[in-house]
Amino acid sequence: MKNIWVLYRKELKSYFSSWIAYLLMAFFAVVFGYFFYAATAIFVSRGMQAMMMGGMPMDMNEWIVRPLLMNVSVIGLFIIPMITMRLFAEEKRTGTIELLMTSPVRDYELIMAKWLSAVTLYAAILAISAVNLTYLFVYGEPDWKPILVGYLGLLLQGGCLLAIGTFVSTLTRNQIIAVGGTFAICMVLWVIDWVTAYDSSTWAEVLRYLSVVTHFEPFAKGVLDTKDVVFYVSMIFFGLFLTARSMESLRWRA
Amino acid sequence: MIKVDRLTKRYGRTVAVDEISFTVEKGQIVGFLGPNGAGKTTTMRVLTCFLPPTSGGATMAGFDVLKQPLEVKKRIGYLPEIPPLYPEMEVAEYLSFVGRLKGVSKSNLARRVDEVCGLCAIGDVRFKLIGRLSKGYRQRVGLAQAIIHNPDILILDEPTAGLDPKQIIETRELIKELAKVGEHTIILSTHILPEVEQTCEKVIIINKGKLVATDSVENLTHRLRGAESISVEIESRNGELDLSEAQRRLEQIPGVSRVILKDNKGPRAAFEVESLEKHVVRGDVARAVVEAGWNLNELRPVAMSLEDVFLQLTASDAETAAAGGAQ
Ligand SMILES: Nc1ncnc2c1ncn2[C@@H]1O[C@H](COP(=O)(O)OP(=O)(O)O)[C@@H](O)[C@H]1O
Ligand SMILES: [Mg+2]
Repeated sequence: MKNIWVLYRKELKSYFSSWIAYLLMAFFAVVFGYFFYAATAIFVSRGMQAMMMGGMPMDMNEWIVRPLLMNVSVIGLFIIPMITMRLFAEEKRTGTIELLMTSPVRDYELIMAKWLSAVTLYAAILAISAVNLTYLFVYGEPDWKPILVGYLGLLLQGGCLLAIGTFVSTLTRNQIIAVGGTFAICMVLWVIDWVTAYDSSTWAEVLRYLSVVTHFEPFAKGVLDTKDVVFYVSMIFFGLFLTARSMESLRWRA
Repeated sequence: MIKVDRLTKRYGRTVAVDEISFTVEKGQIVGFLGPNGAGKTTTMRVLTCFLPPTSGGATMAGFDVLKQPLEVKKRIGYLPEIPPLYPEMEVAEYLSFVGRLKGVSKSNLARRVDEVCGLCAIGDVRFKLIGRLSKGYRQRVGLAQAIIHNPDILILDEPTAGLDPKQIIETRELIKELAKVGEHTIILSTHILPEVEQTCEKVIIINKGKLVATDSVENLTHRLRGAESISVEIESRNGELDLSEAQRRLEQIPGVSRVILKDNKGPRAAFEVESLEKHVVRGDVARAVVEAGWNLNELRPVAMSLEDVFLQLTASDAETAAAGGAQ
């Protein structure tokens, strides 16, 4: 436990002492800010129309929060490869991996520390969107429970892709390859859903099950379904398991 | 303290280390000598549990590298060929990080960081970013990192490679100091012969993955000094130098086994004179040259290259074996 903490702090420190954390935060703030503006603008204009027709007031959760959460889940696909690219690749390139792997630390402690630091950075980036969302509470009365479920979903989806990115980062010493590889996998896991949309064969079902974005939809609606949580948690374990195997083979081959 | 038993490491088809065995006693400084590609780094990586051996094994401070890697890792300090540094960290911060990782307790940490900073003479840069340090300082931070947890065994992979002459001397002094202060057992690898003579007590020589010799440095220098090779430049005082005459005169000196002409320009000629074992011929060569009426421009021992060392060691081993067989 102590080892995880020591390594975790080192990883976080290294994120925040380079430009990468700030760049990602700035990127997210701008993109999210734009979507937030667009969603509220539509909401306001539609809301006006509805009021004039004498209809029901529109639901903020349905009209603003849900599409925003879906957007964030897709923005994450672009941010995550940038978070995980350096985790192992950089240590392999500079040779510091020799220090870590000859220290009295177990492989899983190193992997957990790296993955947790990546999750922490991702959470910090997501937290920026909270600034925008507080406006909703100032000007309206959205339901906060579905929002929490949505963020839980974002963290789970992020955790799963970050685990995969951590694995990819062990395969190379080149950060560009790591970022490209993770991005490609993220895209495939996203796009699977569209490709198999009109196919109802068993294979299509299996593939569709792997789509990380499909599993996120219920979270965006504020629905907490065990089967989606199980999907994400098992994907996290699978990703970290692959990382552990890859580290072992690093030992055998390197 | 270190026991290596028929250790073999293959990378695919290349055999990097081939069945080497040796032992190192507690408190010894051992030089691990061999040319590039000999398998030094590979051996050290196995000893530090970074790589598993293909066959054979090793025990470090009583623990098996394959079966109890965590116990081994607690007791070794390792400086890889390229110091494993994080450029974005400050020196003291880095040493604290490594200390915690290697199991130094929180209460001892600050004291240990102070101590190693003092020992390695890096106190003046302790709050500087590692990325801004010069090569010599980086090497010393690398050494400080290796001893932060006061390990029983120190493994240093080419600790002086890439440093300038002044830094090399400082680093060697530091290593000797470490052996005295911390009572560490030290293995250091190098491809430079004099380095072993100056720093180590015992030497292990490998070439192409095979063990060539293990001996005390004293014995080794003795074996190597036995036969010496010197370079002589002579100059005639009146016109052309009679080359065959010069060669003949040099060859006649007692104890000289071979004379090779290296260079000849007008009145000047350079020879390499090899002597038999246990004969010191430098004085006689000088006298012979002067007596013949020539100028002696240069007379110096030829530094033995590692290749020569291997040739000689393998040759003398073969001779001993032959002599043993004849008896
Ligand atoms: N990761 C590796 N993969 C394949 N071959 C390697 C690897 N590392 C070293 N070798 C080979 O093993 C041999 C020994 O290398 P090394 O232990 O680095 O020697 P040294 O440190 O004495 O220069 C060399 O022939 C080298 O090419
Ligand atoms: Mg080497």
